[in-house]
Amino acid sequence: MVRLEGASVRKRVGPLNLDIGAGTTVVLGPNGAGKTTLLRAIFGLDRLSTGRRHSADDRALGFVFQQPVLLRRSVRDNLAFPLGLRGADLTPVDAWLRRTGLTAQADLPANRLSGGERQLLALARALIAGPRLLLLDEPTAHLDGRATRLVEEVLMAAPCDKLLATHDLGQARRLADRVLFLHHGKLIEDAAGSAFFNRPTTSEARAFLAGDIVE
Amino acid sequence: MDDIGQAFVAAIGLLLTGDGDLYQIAARSLFVTVTAIAIASAIGLPLGAWLALRRFPGRRSVIATLNALMGLPPVVVGLTLYLLLSRSGPLGALGLLYTPWAMIVAQIVIALPIIASIAHQVLRDLWAEYHDLLIALNATPLQRLRTLLWDGRRALLTAVLAGFGRAVGEVGAVMIVGGNIDQVTRVLTTAIALETSRGQFALALGLGLILLAIALLVNLGVHGLARTERRGRW
Repeated sequence: MVRLEGASVRKRVGPLNLDIGAGTTVVLGPNGAGKTTLLRAIFGLDRLSTGRRHSADDRALGFVFQQPVLLRRSVRDNLAFPLGLRGADLTPVDAWLRRTGLTAQADLPANRLSGGERQLLALARALIAGPRLLLLDEPTAHLDGRATRLVEEVLMAAPCDKLLATHDLGQARRLADRVLFLHHGKLIEDAAGSAFFNRPTTSEARAFLAGDIVE
Repeated sequence: MDDIGQAFVAAIGLLLTGDGDLYQIAARSLFVTVTAIAIASAIGLPLGAWLALRRFPGRRSVIATLNALMGLPPVVVGLTLYLLLSRSGPLGALGLLYTPWAMIVAQIVIALPIIASIAHQVLRDLWAEYHDLLIALNATPLQRLRTLLWDGRRALLTAVLAGFGRAVGEVGAVMIVGGNIDQVTRVLTTAIALETSRGQFALALGLGLILLAIALLVNLGVHGLARTERRGRW
C-alpha cells in the first residue's frame, strides 16, 4: 500500500526501506525512537529528507493522532465531516454512533466527551471514510483499560489494514501480525509478531521486551 | 450638575417623542457604518484567511503592517482621503467628497485592518489546530478554507463587531471628508460635536445616548458570543 525506499526524515528516522502491507503492523520502540515521525512520513504528512515514498492511493489512507483533533462541532457533525467532504451519503453516521456507544452524546459538542470517547470518535471518524490502510499514532496512550479495550474492539472490527505505533507491549502482543522495532530512528527488527515476541534478534529488542530501560 | 441633569431629562424627552432630526441622524450613521463594515468584512475576512493559510515572501511584513494600521489615527485617514478625493486630487473626478460615500470609504480604511488582523489571528490558531486533521482527511484547499471559516465563524463575527465598534464611534475622519452637512453627511458623532459646540446639550446628549446604546449592544453581542464560545468552545 505504501513503500519507502532509502527514506530518512530530518536525521531522526532512517534511512530505511519499508513496505507496509496487509494485516496489522505494529511499530514498537521506546519514547523518542521515531515512531511518530515514521508514521507521519509514511502517511505523507512530513516530507522525506532523502529517499522516496510510493503510495498506491493517498486518498485510501487514514490517520488517527495520539491527541485526538476534534472539530469544534457536535459529535454527529464530526462523524459526518469526512463523508461531507466527499459529497457522500450520511446514512452510516447513525450506525457508527451506535457502534461506538456515542448515540446519547450525538448532539453534544465533541469537546464535552471524555478522553476515551474523544479517541473513539476520532477513530470512528477516520474509519467512516473507509480507508484501506489506517495509521494510528499511540491512540490509547492516555486511556484507561476499559477505554483501550473499546478502541481496540472498534479498530480490529474494521476491515482495513492497520499501522499502529505504540510502546504498550500488551497491546502489541494482542494486535500485531507484524512488528517493526525502532531504535534511535533505525529499523532494527522487522518480523512477524510471534517471531518478534518469541525470538527477538537484537539486544535492544530483548531488553525492551524484558521491560528494561532502553535508551 | 443641574445642567447635566436638565440636559439628560431633555434628551430622554427627545428620544421618547421621536425627534425627527435625531432619528434621521442615527439612521444615517447606521447606514454609513453598516455599509462600510459590510465592504470591509468582504475584503478583510478573505485577506485574514489568506494570510493565515498561505506562505509567501513578505507575509510577515504584511501582517506587521496590518497590525500597525490597527492604530491608524482617524484624522490622518481623513486628511489623506481629503487630499485624494478633493477636486484637485487624483480621485476628485469621482465627486465623492462631502458625500456619505466618502465617509464610508474613511470607515472602511479605519475598520479594515482591525477586521483583517483579528481574522488572521483567529484563523491562524484554528489552522494550527486543524492542519494535520484536514490534510489527513484529504480536504481540498477550498474545503479547508470553508471548514476554517465555518468553525471560526463566531470569532470572525467578533472581528466584524470590533470593526463596527471602531467605525461607528469615529469622528475625525468622517468630519473631514463628510463635512458634517445637515441632512446629507451629518452622523451621530459629528452631530454630537456640533451640538456641543452650539450649547445644545440636550440634543447632543440624546445623540450620545443613541450612540452609547449602539456601542453597548455591539459589546453585549461580543460578550455573548465569547460566552457561548467559552462554554462549548463553539
